[in-house]
Amino acid sequence: MRASIVSRPLDVGALLAEVRHAGVGAIVTFIGTVRNVNAGRAVTGIEYAAYVPMAEQELRRIVEEAASRFGTIDIVVEHRVGALELGEASVAIVVAHPHRGPAYEASRYIIEELKRRVPIWKRESYVDGTREWVDPTAPAAVGQPW
Amino acid sequence: MNVTALLFASYADALGRSTVALTLSPGATVLDAIEQIRELPGGALLPAEPLVAVNLNFAGVNEPLASGDELAIIPPVAGG
Repeated sequence: MRASIVSRPLDVGALLAEVRHAGVGAIVTFIGTVRNVNAGRAVTGIEYAAYVPMAEQELRRIVEEAASRFGTIDIVVEHRVGALELGEASVAIVVAHPHRGPAYEASRYIIEELKRRVPIWKRESYVDGTREWVDPTAPAAVGQPW
Repeated sequence: MNVTALLFASYADALGRSTVALTLSPGATVLDAIEQIRELPGGALLPAEPLVAVNLNFAGVNEPLASGDELAIIPPVAGG
């Protein structure tokens, strides 16, 4: 099992190779990518920042929780920080399990918990040249001036 | 006692810095530290009770601090 914050492009092939094991019957891969629109605004790119030591610790905890709840064989998670272009992968979650059902469930658990409690932030750049830190807790999805 | 506060993302932008060295009275809590930070220029943009972590673990605002602690003030997270 591994959970890392990285500052280079994600190599999903390398992550898949990392979880290969004779007992694996299903590998579920989730990849989060940079979308060109958020809350109705045209996005040109996203800069991700993290409190790296805590983000890695919290991600590891989430991975351990998923492993114990769903009985996975192996899990690898990487989240990228830095400036990302449209379409680039910001997060990759690879779950290996003997069966597909719990593999999907573990993958879903990890991404939802990641979004809820891992200290990572993103600043979107918009077509009009402005940029803003995204606040998922704001009443309007985007719009806080800081 | 000395405590280092870390600011991130929108909070770092608000104060124009990513670390604040705090001098607190013995027995001071997270809330006391936040009060000091909110008195700095731009600090009023921080919520009165933000999400915080002490030494890499989420903590309550009433938690007491110890000298040498690393206090992280955590804006709403947006990973993924």
